[in-house]
Amino acid sequence: MFDGFDALLLARIQFAFTVSFHFIFPAFSIGLASYLAVLEGLWLKTGNQRYLDLFKYWLKIFAVAFAMGVVSGIVMSYQFGTNWSVFSDLAGPVIGPLMAYEVLTAFFLEAGFLGVMLFGMNKVGKKLHFAATLMVAAGTFVSAFWILSVNSWMQTPVGYEMGENGQFLPGDSWVTIIFSPSFPYRLVHTVIAAYLTTAFVVGAVGAWHLLKDKTNAHARTMFSMAMWMAALVAPVQLFVGDQHGLNTLEHQPAKVMAMEGHYHSYPDGAPLYLFGIPNDAEQRLDYAVGIPHLGSLILEHDPNAPMAGLDTVPDADQPPVFLPFWAFRVMVGIGLAMIGIGLWSLVARWRKRLYDSRLLHKAAIAMGPSGFVAVIAGWIVTEVGRQPYTVYGLLRTADSASPLDAPAVGASLLAFIIVYFAVFGIGTWYILRLMRQPPQTGEKGVASTERGPVRTAGITPGPHQKDAPAFEPDDGLHKEGE
Amino acid sequence: MDLSLIWALIIAFAVFAYVVMDGFDLGIGILFMSFEVGDDRDQAMNAIAPVWDGNETWLVLGGGGLFAAFPLAYAIVMPATYPLIIAMLLGLVFRGVAFEFRWRDPGHRAFWDFAFSAGSLVAAFTQGMILGALLQGIEVVDRGYAGSWFDWLTPYTLLCGLGVVAGYVLLGATWLIGKTEHGTQDRAYRAAKRWAVITLALMAAVSLYTPFLEAQYYSRWFEMPYMLFASQVPLLVVIISFFLFRGLMKRHSWTPFLASLALFLLGMIGLGVSMYPFIVPDQVTIWDAAAPERSQVFMLIGVAIIMPVIIAYTAWAYWVFRGKVGTEGYH
Repeated sequence: MFDGFDALLLARIQFAFTVSFHFIFPAFSIGLASYLAVLEGLWLKTGNQRYLDLFKYWLKIFAVAFAMGVVSGIVMSYQFGTNWSVFSDLAGPVIGPLMAYEVLTAFFLEAGFLGVMLFGMNKVGKKLHFAATLMVAAGTFVSAFWILSVNSWMQTPVGYEMGENGQFLPGDSWVTIIFSPSFPYRLVHTVIAAYLTTAFVVGAVGAWHLLKDKTNAHARTMFSMAMWMAALVAPVQLFVGDQHGLNTLEHQPAKVMAMEGHYHSYPDGAPLYLFGIPNDAEQRLDYAVGIPHLGSLILEHDPNAPMAGLDTVPDADQPPVFLPFWAFRVMVGIGLAMIGIGLWSLVARWRKRLYDSRLLHKAAIAMGPSGFVAVIAGWIVTEVGRQPYTVYGLLRTADSASPLDAPAVGASLLAFIIVYFAVFGIGTWYILRLMRQPPQTGEKGVASTERGPVRTAGITPGPHQKDAPAFEPDDGLHKEGE
Repeated sequence: MDLSLIWALIIAFAVFAYVVMDGFDLGIGILFMSFEVGDDRDQAMNAIAPVWDGNETWLVLGGGGLFAAFPLAYAIVMPATYPLIIAMLLGLVFRGVAFEFRWRDPGHRAFWDFAFSAGSLVAAFTQGMILGALLQGIEVVDRGYAGSWFDWLTPYTLLCGLGVVAGYVLLGATWLIGKTEHGTQDRAYRAAKRWAVITLALMAAVSLYTPFLEAQYYSRWFEMPYMLFASQVPLLVVIISFFLFRGLMKRHSWTPFLASLALFLLGMIGLGVSMYPFIVPDQVTIWDAAAPERSQVFMLIGVAIIMPVIIAYTAWAYWVFRGKVGTEGYH
């Protein structure tokens, strides 16, 4: 049934699909792991029960999100070989070791301590448990470090030598390879994006429960913490994103031309287009609405600086424009909206209306999923914008694919689409159901394996039952009836 | 000792660690539907819930290590076994999420229990078939897979699939013997006995079939002087089997699991005897596929420093959750 399709295009769609779906979970769990560490740390420091309750509340959600991140991540470690075997053979000597380090330093760390974090509170004591939480949080960050190092090397390859068999071989220094020119910017931009994504999810859940009961102390705490993040970190992200863009202009100018919709060169200063329909065939931006000279002002810090356009790039080396152009606008738009919410919350806080402003709460709920949209849009900008290459300027996407026929790739793509939407759709529904429960005093843990003779199916009170005893021993293990 | 050989051993270790650790998880998963709803199933799930994620990480190390140390082998084997790899990954998706989902949705617990079991079965069966497809040979032309679509589907690969399923079930049943009590444990003993017989029968069948696939395998097992060494493997299998059945009859807690591990180790050694020094039989040796020295050295430093730490905290995590599940003494 896929005979009419191009195997290369199907392979690209499959990779884009599996990696986009996968990234949703780490984008959330990187931030959430750190948030959990902060909550547990505050609990240990202040002894305030509310922090422990919030910790347990979010731990349940973390467990579900993390499981989905793990299973979709394992798929990724094999997608390189199944879909991009030629790329794997050629680039393996350089990026393979970085990915091996990710497994060794991050995946084992997360997985090894996750069991203790989820189920071990009563077994190892508070301090060791906190150490386990910190290890899981560190693992998520270290994982981001290595995988972004790999991606950055593919975007801005340096420190390699070409082998006789066509392989990229590592040069003298691994430090050069790990810290390729775009890496520091990409790492900071992506990690902050993950923190913001989590902050807006936490903020939306807090706002939702404040709308229902503005006296809920737990909801107040989480909403306040999330709004501080929005107010302080969202503006930082604007600055970091700008720096990342300037770095891209230096190393991958064609990507920036696509993001800006600059088909033509502008010798006297380029405009910033707010709207337009990219038309690759005619090499022009249809229905363009732009502000003259603003593009040059932002990118070159000079309104009259000349800027080259895609007319200076051979057709065969150009990225498609539509996706980077629009995904970039979506990302920046959401970023500005996040800053807006942050400022709004500061004003509300100053006027002592943070927990009363229903409009702010509604806006925060609307912005709840915005981080996910922004990170996926950001990845579309950077990954579509670096086409037609896998190793930028050196190895073309068309020369990277596995020797597979369209029906094989198409069939597996279909299987991924069906399974991912079903499984992760249901998982997301479970997470939303957990979020719908109001956070409360005596919050229960992840719930459990451990089951005494009295706790049989359906008898143990669920987390939503207000009369659940706060003192019940709870080591965070699974219990029947939750 | 040269670097490529060291790396082949590290990857063999990662695969072995994966096979024994996730092997018992998957084995319990396969048996899952035969357990009674309620107590038996919950205990079985609890016996693996805190450790499955760490166990599965060894699979990522096996795949990632192969990619990094022997990129050419990775690039050949993945497309050659494409449908099997995809099926395995999807099986692992269902198996993995079921750990959380079954507790989140009591109304659909029966469905997630089925997904847990079916996912485990698919993952185990395809892993066996991938091994079989590798052993029976892969067609390679010009650094790439050159075979056709269904090369991986033969009576031999199906036999290997069944063998791995049976072996995992044996590991799972013997793990449950160690972790559970009372009725659940009685049922685990019965299942272990049955699956020990099936595992040994399939192991024998695969062992007899394999030497006739390639001339090299035949010479390793039936010609002097290799035979002197190789014949120790089946001999040890017989001895270990004796301890396995003795442990099951005398109702020992952990000997059956340890004996099952030993059987898997012998299987791995047998694999090494047949394949060495090829990583893709008769086509690509470990030296042909090797990444350059700089890559292998860089990673070896990481492995030498980090692997002992990983083993230490993994052992600690197992220690934290030691003892029987489902008893008052558990915490």
